[in-house]
Amino acid sequence: MTTPARPTPAIEVRDLTVHHGDVLALDGATLSVGTTGGPGTVCGLVGMNGSGKSTLFKAVMGMLRPDHGTVLLDGAPPVRARRAQAVGYVPQSEDVDWAFPLSVRDVVMTGRYGYQGFTRRPRAADREAVDHALDRVDLADLADRQIGALSGGQRKRAFVARGLAQGATTLLLDEPFAGVDRRSEATISALLRELAADGATVLVSTHDLHGLPALADEAILFLRRVLLHATPDEVLRPENLALAFGLEVAP
Amino acid sequence: MSPDLWDLAVEPLSFEFVRTALAVTVTAGVVCGVLSCWLVLVGWSLMGDAVSHAVLPGVVLAYVVGAPFALGALLFGLLAVLLIGAVRDTSRVKEDAAIGVVFTTLFAFGLVLISVTPSQTDLNHILFGNLLGVSRADLVQVLALGAVTLAVVVLKRRDLTLYAFDPVHAHAIGLSPRRLGALLLGLLALTVVVALQAVGVVLVVALLITPGATAYLLTDRFSRMLWISPLVAATCGVVGILASYWLDTSSGGTVVVTLGAAFTLAYLFSPRHGLLTTRLAHARRRRARAAVRA
Repeated sequence: MTTPARPTPAIEVRDLTVHHGDVLALDGATLSVGTTGGPGTVCGLVGMNGSGKSTLFKAVMGMLRPDHGTVLLDGAPPVRARRAQAVGYVPQSEDVDWAFPLSVRDVVMTGRYGYQGFTRRPRAADREAVDHALDRVDLADLADRQIGALSGGQRKRAFVARGLAQGATTLLLDEPFAGVDRRSEATISALLRELAADGATVLVSTHDLHGLPALADEAILFLRRVLLHATPDEVLRPENLALAFGLEVAP
Repeated sequence: MSPDLWDLAVEPLSFEFVRTALAVTVTAGVVCGVLSCWLVLVGWSLMGDAVSHAVLPGVVLAYVVGAPFALGALLFGLLAVLLIGAVRDTSRVKEDAAIGVVFTTLFAFGLVLISVTPSQTDLNHILFGNLLGVSRADLVQVLALGAVTLAVVVLKRRDLTLYAFDPVHAHAIGLSPRRLGALLLGLLALTVVVALQAVGVVLVVALLITPGATAYLLTDRFSRMLWISPLVAATCGVVGILASYWLDTSSGGTVVVTLGAAFTLAYLFSPRHGLLTTRLAHARRRRARAAVRA
């Protein structure tokens, strides 16, 4: 008799500790989100500024050397998932130079670089994937605009389109709703739900608590480590939020 | 073009030293102009200044031992880059301070070397360029290095642009931002060597920054910057050399002043990002609105 194989988590973090100089950024973080090969999920990562959410993202992508602990993506070290084009990343607005002289299409095309040759010359399949991704986020009409000439919500959608063109199965979004109006927020939420329905694992850091139940299947309350990993409603209970935000919330 | 103006341009060409000077300047302009696009966007102006000054001891030592000047310059350019990276990564000193310490020290070491070297090395030629004394061998070195640098830059332009725009994404799709950064630094060192004879150690940084900054004011497309920037640099190079011939002025100095003039024009009159153009457009819109209301 063999035991049924446990599904491989798309993102698995075990006991991860990271220091930035003297500052403890991650303190034994352990979590497991999504499954390789689906079904997909949207997981909200909730925590205040400085709670280590961005650090967690960087560690998941294998950009940091942790003090100890491990990260596995699709059951293997992150480098394999990166080479397999499985990891898509949507940066925080502050981390992007919006005056950079690239068009929306140029930015989305960088999602295809991993499939292209030495000089990254785009082929027909790449152009098709980019057009398809732009259609899907409803930016086809604005494809030739300079990336900074978009609204806050459109900018986010452009970066999500890059992940789509890449065919990423694990998508990490760092504060995608910061500086985004309500309507764009709803559009982006719907888009992420669609991706999850297609089998993607979507990890979204946010401090927009109102939109969380509509967006996420599950949520993680984070303060240097996982305080609670449950349904959005459970996470949003005032006594639980108080754990992460360190303040009393009126019931 | 009027016949007089034509003569002004053609007469100098009858001298071989002018033709050589033009070849060196145009090569330097094109290579610097292309690389300049990334330096401006990554914010590496100070790094360009550093590498160009730091090659001084390499040039002096090359003259002393009779090695090609390009070899000495390249070695010290790379040494500067390595030292800056080492000081930044292994101490609490921040990058701009690391750059400042390393390049001034190397430059000063070059000055000391010159003062104890009883040879023909003329400080002025190294510092401000020596277009009139470019030998056949020097010309070949400049052309060969220029061609190699340009080829690598053009083949890897998309990766370098991604590195400049979003290194985290580069990492996420399995590229190495570290390696791309190192490649850009290596290309910077090569480019400095190519441009050294045209404008000299002190003014190389002008060729590395001004053309890219000018192109950045003129377009919102990186692919167009990659044409505009070398075109601006090469054109200003030619105009500067011819002007310096007739006005009997410093050739490197004249080239750089011409570049500065081109930048000023773009700064004021660029269709979309020029200071005067945008002010005028604002004023026109305000007047139009007032007219509608009246």
